[in-house]
Amino acid sequence: MKIFHLFRTSLIALGLNKARSALTILGIVIGITAIILIVSLGQGAQNLVLGEIEGLGSELIVIRPGQEPSGPTDIGGTLFADSLKERDVEALKKKANVPYAADVAPVIIVPGSVSYLGETYRPQIFGWSAEFMSRVFNIYPEEGVMFGESETRQRSSVAVIGSKVRDELFGLEDPLGKNIKIRGRSFRVVGVLSSQGQVAFFNVDEIVLIPPSTAQTYLLGIDYYNEVLVLAESPELVERTVRDIELTLRESHKITDPKKDDFFVVTQEGLVNQIGTILGVLTAFLSSVVAISLVVGGIGVMNIMLVSVTERTREIGLRKAIGATNRDILGQFLIEAVFLTGAGGAIGVFFGIVLSFVASLALSRGLGVAWAFSFPWSAAIIGVAVSGLVGLVFGIYPARQASRKNPIEALRYE
Amino acid sequence: MALFEVENLAKVYGDGKVQTPVLHGVSFGIEQGEFVSIMGPSGSGKSTLLHILGFLDKATSGVYRFEGKRAEEYGEEEAAHMRNEKMGFVFQTFNLLARTSVLENVKLPLLYSNVPERLWDSMAKKAIEDVGLSHRSEYEPSQLSGGERQRVAIARALVNSPSVIFADEPTGNLDSKSGSQVMEIVAQLNTKGHTVIVITHEAETAERADRILHLRDGRIEKDEKAAR
Repeated sequence: MKIFHLFRTSLIALGLNKARSALTILGIVIGITAIILIVSLGQGAQNLVLGEIEGLGSELIVIRPGQEPSGPTDIGGTLFADSLKERDVEALKKKANVPYAADVAPVIIVPGSVSYLGETYRPQIFGWSAEFMSRVFNIYPEEGVMFGESETRQRSSVAVIGSKVRDELFGLEDPLGKNIKIRGRSFRVVGVLSSQGQVAFFNVDEIVLIPPSTAQTYLLGIDYYNEVLVLAESPELVERTVRDIELTLRESHKITDPKKDDFFVVTQEGLVNQIGTILGVLTAFLSSVVAISLVVGGIGVMNIMLVSVTERTREIGLRKAIGATNRDILGQFLIEAVFLTGAGGAIGVFFGIVLSFVASLALSRGLGVAWAFSFPWSAAIIGVAVSGLVGLVFGIYPARQASRKNPIEALRYE
Repeated sequence: MALFEVENLAKVYGDGKVQTPVLHGVSFGIEQGEFVSIMGPSGSGKSTLLHILGFLDKATSGVYRFEGKRAEEYGEEEAAHMRNEKMGFVFQTFNLLARTSVLENVKLPLLYSNVPERLWDSMAKKAIEDVGLSHRSEYEPSQLSGGERQRVAIARALVNSPSVIFADEPTGNLDSKSGSQVMEIVAQLNTKGHTVIVITHEAETAERADRILHLRDGRIEKDEKAAR
């Protein structure tokens, strides 16, 4: 019997029981929809995060204190570590130690809010050389100036603010020269950043920059840094520079065994790999949970196919009497099952894509991030193939039952 | 060489514990082109005999040769092929596919044949014409009368021009008028050269044949030429 007719026969049989066919494949449809949704959103998240990391610039090297976190939840080691101090920064700045470092800038993260007269706002406050930011991220003041080395040395109480911070605190008033309060201390606003939105891991419009030394001494009373940023002279020199940094800090901290490092170095490339791995594992985990629903769906298909085989006992008997071989009958029911689940898979792919498109729209509107919809081609193809396979696996038993029916008993069946 | 040769054929149903013998050593031969009725009361084994002759069932013992070859020598695939190409079946309960047009029902055996698809339509239409139902070819079985349904079943049986047509109680579910119409068509098939074997318990139906095999309790009681 020709394959085309097998398909047509199956299609007719399924068409005779539309409601039942639809309900049967519902499990498969839901499973595949969920898988497509997860994979698509996973890809979107990955693109978003990777895009932000790429915004760091490939020459940027980040040094963090403490042990390298072993997983996404292991941040305790860095949050409270105090191993990066001023003498480390001085050591890194020496050309003899790190010859290809174009720039070294320590960073302090200051928790708290900013207020001006009656207005209060909660931006991200960094103790961070504003001039470094200009050099690395090409962020320049819209009004006023950036502060740099000299303000840091003098522990000046100056601040550069993002455009949104200005709008929130000052409204239409000119902020330059005005004093804002951070953790009880007054800072004079010397510059306002031009509006640029998200750059790397922060939103330029919602930050306040103050000299790191001022933040250490007057705001937090600490002598360590949260991060030290090093800019390599070129992307090719990043690897060499990372090595130089490690050697310098080990010497400075008197560490001989690299396993006992009390700092770790992150580069763009390393971050990209790490995040890619984490999201990949997460997507695979969620997909495998959803795959269970495909097994459940497959059992549903098997159940209905068995009912259908019993119901169509007479038909099977007749087909055998007029010349169908066992193989013909097996093929007919197998194709019916595969067709059923394959169609379920295709419908699931369609719904999955529609839903993930809607979700990506909602995410980019709702969160204000550049969440790009990505069409998961591989997941779509695998989804349809897997659901077809589910039909094959769960259809084979009912189809064998059908093909083994004795034609006489089948014809006599009432 | 007879088309069908049956020697000492026996059939026992059931497994080890409960055994129901149905046929006890039946022997006869049927030539190509004959019109034979197998007659007997219910339980006489006539349906079982027909199933064995039609490769739908296997004998427990004895010899059955079709076209000179022993039944055991036909494999599953080959037996299916014989049923498709050389035999046509007409059943008491018609066994048409529901919600499928007359034309598609008649085409069904061709699906399992080696006949090229371009011929299917014309062959099916010819068979439908032969049973006088051309005007009904797009109808579904539920829209037809019992007699018409049985004529569709006959068209389906003869679409592949088989040498033998088996009819198992073809008039059993029909009123006498449709029944005699159906038997008229069956008799015509015989005059066109098909070997016809009809199973029935009605004398009136049996007597349309040239020869009647009387079956009782699994044995041939009488093998007579019918008085037409």
